[in-house]
Amino acid sequence: MPKGSVLVVGGGIAGVQAALDLANSGFLVHLVERTAAIGGKMSQLDKTFPTNDCSACILSPKLVECGRHMNINLLTLSDLVSLDGEPGNFRAVVRQRPRYVDPTKCIACGLCAEKCPKKVPNDYNMGIGKRKAAYLSYPQAVPLKYAIDPTHCIWINKPGRCGICAKECPAGAINFDDREKDHVLEVGSVVLAPGFSRFNPSSLDFTGYGRLPNVVTSMEFERMLSPSGPCMGHLERPSDGKEPQRIAWLQCVGSRDIHRAGNAYCSSVCCMFALKQAVISMEHAHGEFEPSIFYMDMRTHGKGFENYYNRAKEQGVRFHRARVHSIIPADDQGNLKIRYVDQQGKVNFEEFDMVVLSTGLQPYRHIIELAAMLKLELDADHFIKTDSFNPVASSRPGVYVCGAASEPKDIPQSVMEASAAAAEAGRILAPVRWTETSKKQYPMEMDIHAQPPRIGVFVCHCGINISSVVDVAAVSAYAGNLPDVVFSQANLFTCSQDTINQMINIIKEEKLNRVVVASCSPRTHEPLFQETLRDAGLNQFLFEMANIRDQDSWVHQHEPVKATAKAMDLVRMAVARVRGEGALPYNTVPVTKSALVIGGGVSGMTAALTFAEQGYPVTLIEQSDMLGGNGRKVFRNWKGDAILPYVTDLAAKVTTHPQINVKFNCEIKDVAGSVGKFSTTFSDGQSFEHGVAVMAVGGEPYKPEGKWQFLHGSNANVHTLLELDKRFIEEDATLKKVKQAVFIHCVGSRIPERPYCSRVCCTHAVDSAIKLKELNPDMDIFMLYRDIRTYGQRERLYQEARGKGIIFINYDLDRMPQVEEVNGQLIVKAHDPIIDAHVTIHPDMLVLATAIQPRQQSGKNLAKFFKCAIDSQGFLLEAHMKLRPVDFATEGVFLAGLCHFPKSMEESIAQAKAAAARASIILAHDVVPAESITAEVNRAKCTGCGLCVEVCAYNAVSLDENGLSLVNTSMCKGCGNCVAGCRSDAVTLKNVGNEQIMAAVDAAFCDE
Amino acid sequence: MSKTNKTSETNMTSETNETDTWEPKIIAFLCTWCSYAGADLAGVSRFQYPPNIRIVKVPCSGRVSENMILSALKSGADGILVSGCHPGDCHFISGNMFARRRSPLLGNLLEFVGIEPGRVSFSWVSASEGEQFAEIVKTVTERVKALGPATRLIKKIDQAA
Repeated sequence: MPKGSVLVVGGGIAGVQAALDLANSGFLVHLVERTAAIGGKMSQLDKTFPTNDCSACILSPKLVECGRHMNINLLTLSDLVSLDGEPGNFRAVVRQRPRYVDPTKCIACGLCAEKCPKKVPNDYNMGIGKRKAAYLSYPQAVPLKYAIDPTHCIWINKPGRCGICAKECPAGAINFDDREKDHVLEVGSVVLAPGFSRFNPSSLDFTGYGRLPNVVTSMEFERMLSPSGPCMGHLERPSDGKEPQRIAWLQCVGSRDIHRAGNAYCSSVCCMFALKQAVISMEHAHGEFEPSIFYMDMRTHGKGFENYYNRAKEQGVRFHRARVHSIIPADDQGNLKIRYVDQQGKVNFEEFDMVVLSTGLQPYRHIIELAAMLKLELDADHFIKTDSFNPVASSRPGVYVCGAASEPKDIPQSVMEASAAAAEAGRILAPVRWTETSKKQYPMEMDIHAQPPRIGVFVCHCGINISSVVDVAAVSAYAGNLPDVVFSQANLFTCSQDTINQMINIIKEEKLNRVVVASCSPRTHEPLFQETLRDAGLNQFLFEMANIRDQDSWVHQHEPVKATAKAMDLVRMAVARVRGEGALPYNTVPVTKSALVIGGGVSGMTAALTFAEQGYPVTLIEQSDMLGGNGRKVFRNWKGDAILPYVTDLAAKVTTHPQINVKFNCEIKDVAGSVGKFSTTFSDGQSFEHGVAVMAVGGEPYKPEGKWQFLHGSNANVHTLLELDKRFIEEDATLKKVKQAVFIHCVGSRIPERPYCSRVCCTHAVDSAIKLKELNPDMDIFMLYRDIRTYGQRERLYQEARGKGIIFINYDLDRMPQVEEVNGQLIVKAHDPIIDAHVTIHPDMLVLATAIQPRQQSGKNLAKFFKCAIDSQGFLLEAHMKLRPVDFATEGVFLAGLCHFPKSMEESIAQAKAAAARASIILAHDVVPAESITAEVNRAKCTGCGLCVEVCAYNAVSLDENGLSLVNTSMCKGCGNCVAGCRSDAVTLKNVGNEQIMAAVDAAFCDE
Repeated sequence: MSKTNKTSETNMTSETNETDTWEPKIIAFLCTWCSYAGADLAGVSRFQYPPNIRIVKVPCSGRVSENMILSALKSGADGILVSGCHPGDCHFISGNMFARRRSPLLGNLLEFVGIEPGRVSFSWVSASEGEQFAEIVKTVTERVKALGPATRLIKKIDQAA
């Protein structure tokens, strides 16, 4: 029998996501973290691109969930030291270093750190400022327990010399006798998420890093921007604390540099990182502010990134395409002078107050030891080697990898891989789900009937996100004086674990029977606070949020007085609303344990197989008569592996799997039901009952037209990349005879009509050019590009192409390449900015790297059946760009592949596995929570007019034998259309009745 | 090219000067699934808009009855905005269409009782339309400001006495 538990190594966002997905789908998880708290690099970020979300705010609920999860065994200050056995039955030894603070006793009062006499550099703040030898990494740390740093503690190094913390600790939690201990864990699978390290620029003397105080790394700058960082979120430069007015960002420091840094790859995230920092710095600045970015290629290849880049340009961020020669002091005031050569070869000097080095990502510091111990293969860059077609599988069976340990990548990609790794880790363990887990028990709920309202209000600073605009103390004091409010308090971060625990105690001590939190948005944080109410023995529906961040402090940044008045109004409205709310039942719906997958491309097939291999029946529908989709048209991936054999093999597995029913030439006619029990009717009249659905409807190539047509369709020598791939697949011998070829990049991408980068075409085009060179090494090849975006390790292809003599010529939208035809001969004219001259080429072949776009027809219609949101470009819109990249806001429906955004095949595969993993959480349960907020009829008022029956879209309302209205609670979705329709005021929606809503509205006008 | 942020102090003083001038209060009934999410996105993207609206979250724009709008006007609202999902995107299939049908009917009634139809606005805002949401709030606020305070449904006890 395999073991029903999984070992997850690494407590950054990838490890946390994998742990949560596994624990929520029925496995016991041991989460091993090297430091004293989980959260990893993401917790150190101030904001995240492209949404400018506060990083701690979106991460914190996940950390808290992890910390409180019944089935996650958190092992901090721990390292995996050995792993024996085989998939299904591993034996792992985890060595836990002493914390010297007993976590069961520590109350996180902070007295030990306050009294500790030993100051040490604050490593969480990248060495800026000091912390004590007794410390807490950061305010929202999970677990929220102090630790003593043994390398610096005076007592540990010379027993008897200090020990002041032990004397001061009111809980008696300090334990100097704490010793290292080994945990022997028997687990079925292993997920590795050790993360990455940052490049140290000390070795690059031209930057002056380490000598010039105002040259900092991007991570140091991020800590400076952070409200919980060393500068409390104020923009200050290190040398004199002055607010800098001119900051330069230097890109590719330690990336794309095979000489001094020795890192050939692109770090993928630094371009967006710098853009974000430039934009956020402008928000922080009080006066004139001028951000400049020095770059080689701007790589904004992700969803929403190109728009962010365009907006940054509009907002005044300056861009210089140049690699900087040196940074030298400009004067003795700390100012800096940058020497660089522009595109025309002219030497320039420019002065700045401060320079930020966008340092690259490197493999995890101890990766070589880890790999040797686990017997894993590493790639040439020392990242963990993964399979070309299974991007989360390491070279050792049963050991999976996710996040930046296998290649530099951004947060959404890491989160997708984490869910994908959870899918793989759980696949062979499916039969032993729920064998090692325990079930959460909530305390008995307090009966609040006949109790007068006792309302508690918690007002959040959200670091400085709210408090920099809204006077939080004033709002909290104001709330305390509102009728029925018996408790009011302001918190730095209301979602941090200590505040959550404190809230539970306050609810009990103050006998609160209703709670209001004034903070961010209920869309992200309501579930966390509702759970807290349940933990405190209060029904979770006795809760309201006042949105004083997303809908107040962030949208009235320059009007603090009015924003504060508005916050008071919003709190008063929330208090008025919660006052009239009552306890509601926790309804459930039984889960139909089967899945529908829409789309038979690589994403759809991968998702279907992931479900089927866990034993769930799947129906896969495909609108054409063949499986494979776009996958059949692509020649090879960037690692050089042929795609068609993989796709053919995958299609064979899918069609022969006994759990998968494939329906060809099939479309959806109707969808009824919701999460747990959908019923979908197809074009052939058949229907299928399923608990979850995955949308993998794919994308399609843009057909060149207008000024982007470049004679495509009229001259036989003009191809798109896929048309050239077709000739590669068919091994067309005439390709060898081509003497000269030109590629034009960004055909239909990054233009006002399609303001996004199609992500994969640079790599695809460069690889195709290399293939042509392989066929005919004497061929002259010219690439006309805007920015080369061979992100991550794809950069090697770009280096190889240049090494093979392929010529890259930059163009921009003001100087587009011109293509003509004279007697059938193609003539391409372009301007080369390096030599500042016009170039005329007479190629035998012109290849267009065309955009990837969403399916024009089917995508939108299908989205409507499942009520999925669509973005402005027609791609399907996920629930959260950063942390919920495969979920829809609509529960029970997930997405994968090109319908989400252009991506490479291994990224589609990871996303498809992730979608299946997230959906499997629902399928692993027998019931899912159903709507508690349902309609209710006051039969004394009902006149039996039947209007409620007419407006109900779910057939949940009917007239009974007396002709009076009757609501079927299990079918009601809580939209309240019947309430608005009722002319006799007989129908109400529980807790969202006219009484509660109008109490809030009235409260907006009466300043109590 | 550069950006200048006013310091908060200068803002405070200019704001205290402005407190004498009348500012409308507008109630915005936003559906949870599209428009409320769009309003959040406006915040996340830092699109600035006038601080006159007070957002009330409702499950669906179809949840908002004529009665609620009239009550809000009676309580002192100078303007009302009802916003839901785009046609076809309604999380509850068709609630937004009921809301849309209600809008002109209510407009007729308001005109009949002497309330300018411009006080009550209706819009579609999706979860991805943060910028559009900020624009709509600006437009609605301007429109209501131009109409002046809504007093028609408010009983003025001082004057009656």
